[in-house]
Amino acid sequence: MMISGYAGNVLWIDLTTKKIKRTRLDADLARKFMGGRGLAAKMLFDLLPPKIDPLSPENPLIFATGVLTGCPCPGANRTVIVTKSPLTGIFLDTYAGGHLGPEIKFAGYDVIVIKGRSEKPTYIQILDDVVLFKDATHLWGKDCWETEITIKKEIGDNNARVAVIGPAGENLVKFACVSTDYFHQFGRGGAGAVMGAKNLKGIAVRGTKSLHIAHPEKLIRYLLDKIEWKLTKGPNAEMVKARIRYGTPLTMDFTQAIGILPTRNFQSGQFDEFDEIDCYDFREKFVVADKACYSCNTPCAKFSVVKEGIYKELGLGGPEYETIAMLGPNVGNGRFDLIIKANEICDRLGMDTISTGNVIGFAMECYEKGILTKEECDGLELNFGNMEAAFKLMYKIAYREGIGNILAEGVRQAASKINKGSEKFAMQAKGLEYPAYEPRGSPAFALLYAITDRGACHRRGWPVIIEGKEYKPGTVEGRARLVKELYDNRTILHCIGVCDIPYDVAGIDREDIAQILSAVTGWDVTVEELSLLAERVASLIRAFNVREGIRRVDDTLAWRTLHEPLPSGPNKGQFISEEMLNVMLDQYYQLRGWDVSTGVPLPETLTKLGLDDVCDELKRRGCF
Amino acid sequence: MSRRIIVDARFCTGCRYCEIVCSLFHEKEVNPRKARIMIISNPLKGIDSPKVCHQCANPLCMDVCPQGAIEIDEILKIPVIAEDKCVGCKVCVEACPFGAMFFDLERNIALKCDLCRGDPQCVKFCRALPHIGRAALSYVEE
Repeated sequence: MMISGYAGNVLWIDLTTKKIKRTRLDADLARKFMGGRGLAAKMLFDLLPPKIDPLSPENPLIFATGVLTGCPCPGANRTVIVTKSPLTGIFLDTYAGGHLGPEIKFAGYDVIVIKGRSEKPTYIQILDDVVLFKDATHLWGKDCWETEITIKKEIGDNNARVAVIGPAGENLVKFACVSTDYFHQFGRGGAGAVMGAKNLKGIAVRGTKSLHIAHPEKLIRYLLDKIEWKLTKGPNAEMVKARIRYGTPLTMDFTQAIGILPTRNFQSGQFDEFDEIDCYDFREKFVVADKACYSCNTPCAKFSVVKEGIYKELGLGGPEYETIAMLGPNVGNGRFDLIIKANEICDRLGMDTISTGNVIGFAMECYEKGILTKEECDGLELNFGNMEAAFKLMYKIAYREGIGNILAEGVRQAASKINKGSEKFAMQAKGLEYPAYEPRGSPAFALLYAITDRGACHRRGWPVIIEGKEYKPGTVEGRARLVKELYDNRTILHCIGVCDIPYDVAGIDREDIAQILSAVTGWDVTVEELSLLAERVASLIRAFNVREGIRRVDDTLAWRTLHEPLPSGPNKGQFISEEMLNVMLDQYYQLRGWDVSTGVPLPETLTKLGLDDVCDELKRRGCF
Repeated sequence: MSRRIIVDARFCTGCRYCEIVCSLFHEKEVNPRKARIMIISNPLKGIDSPKVCHQCANPLCMDVCPQGAIEIDEILKIPVIAEDKCVGCKVCVEACPFGAMFFDLERNIALKCDLCRGDPQCVKFCRALPHIGRAALSYVEE
């Protein structure tokens, strides 16, 4: 039976044998996980035995949409890639907006699973039921933008939606991203390297099928009344307005003000050359158009153009907050035109701007501390703020030349290779580079970094404003409960296939989501069901990581965060002591129903969440 | 009285809500390929531009239709397609100077904006940019 909202099928592609298979979406799983992160995580758990090399053909690359992806709901455009990360060696989910996800649904699929390894560079063309394997030898070496342009030209369809890798993915840079619609990236954790290892340069999707909505009138009414009210008149209306005007760069002004803007490799939380990179300057001097992903009513994407200087006329979608912070203050750069140029280089090469800014910041600190010499840096003078050198370093990373080859492994590996005390300022958790929030000034972010299943992550909750308003600074009071609440909110959104921004910013809550889901699917979805979904997915992914060997001891933070007080700013003197972290972890595990001493989900928790098979598997593997 | 949707592409975000709700209203399903409005995009330049019927007073599409399948609606006074007469020859699609006549490959008929019978859904969902106070689509009756 067809389920409204869903496309109803899973497409299985084997690159080794060049065989494809189509199966019906399992109706029970569709209800139990609502698509997206949850559904794909269950598939990965079932498909991939532990301890498999992420870059081996066995590691599946799962493109999953959610039940709402493609529907007329706020931000209903998300696709998630779920795979085992080559950067962290554990679970990875990495998201992109744009238009790819809806197109996958229109082609008739909720999920595309790609396994195996092609002998030669290949790209996959999907047009509804037709799946073609195309030679990509001539595309190998091309950057992401050129590749997308060429594929669209070759298949003669400018409206196809394309996901590609650049040179970084081909060269198995551990934080290579997957690029779609030019300016949207499955950024984190190295999904691009997984594609590269499969000799898969890209996928192009075009669909002509329809999605069914169970109660369209009810849905439209809800959107025009309740949701529109939240966007324009509700308590968050001013925030919505600011978010649309400035996009994610709005966050720059918050994080600088409260002292959690990562500066010079997370040495401090406020940037002394902030004047020209605040969101007002950005809007006034660079933004030329407001853009949105598919089905979005809070258009936060900004198309910006450099209007003077050496990079005059360079235009792109972005840069986003994370990019600005990581390729700005975190590498000591206070010039917006140079941030945009850095953004372009990373986008073209196909590298995550967050991890790139992090590893370059790390290399710069090594250089300034004398841990890396000019010679060891292939003649680059890697002082903070030297963006010319940073640009050269980006190419070295993507092509794995000299020092770039070391940094291409990610900051954790790079530090263990460079050694000499550099591990202390390798800013990562579980191998994933810290994104653009300085956790010493925000215990909630510190906990998020420590417990997030894919490693240090900024998208599992955004405690920035609420923590400052309602929680005592310098303590850990209430943080575990806050983080769990925020985390669960996001989990729901990341399953159903929507962007978290309109929901968080406008205050579209679980009640609204239940109403929207009910109208789309025809099911009677309740808030309780959604809460249970979030719990289920958190414990499922934890179980995946546990099977890979993750325990409580791995839920930790960079040495600097745990030992070095912030030198200046509003949070001067603060750090997250081991004791603070331990208190938060104890509370968090208890809230989750995980064993406090090991961090392993308790058998009764898994059973309660309907994960009996997962529980059995952990038992079989001796994980309890 | 004349009625039409007016486009100001400077404020188009490319979200395609117009295509989505158009298809939902007319086809009772979500399928941008079956919408009576379409966004033409040049993402590398940050340009999105909605194409929709201008409701011409002297419609070329109507002139060229060999089947007489495009008629002036008695109530709305705009050209509309009589689906039972359309044979899918696409002459109207080629004739439209604005690229605003669309085509349903499945049913083999032309698709044209009928202003949702006087209450265009796309305009309702085309939200004004709050910092500018303008939206890409607006509906005028004059």
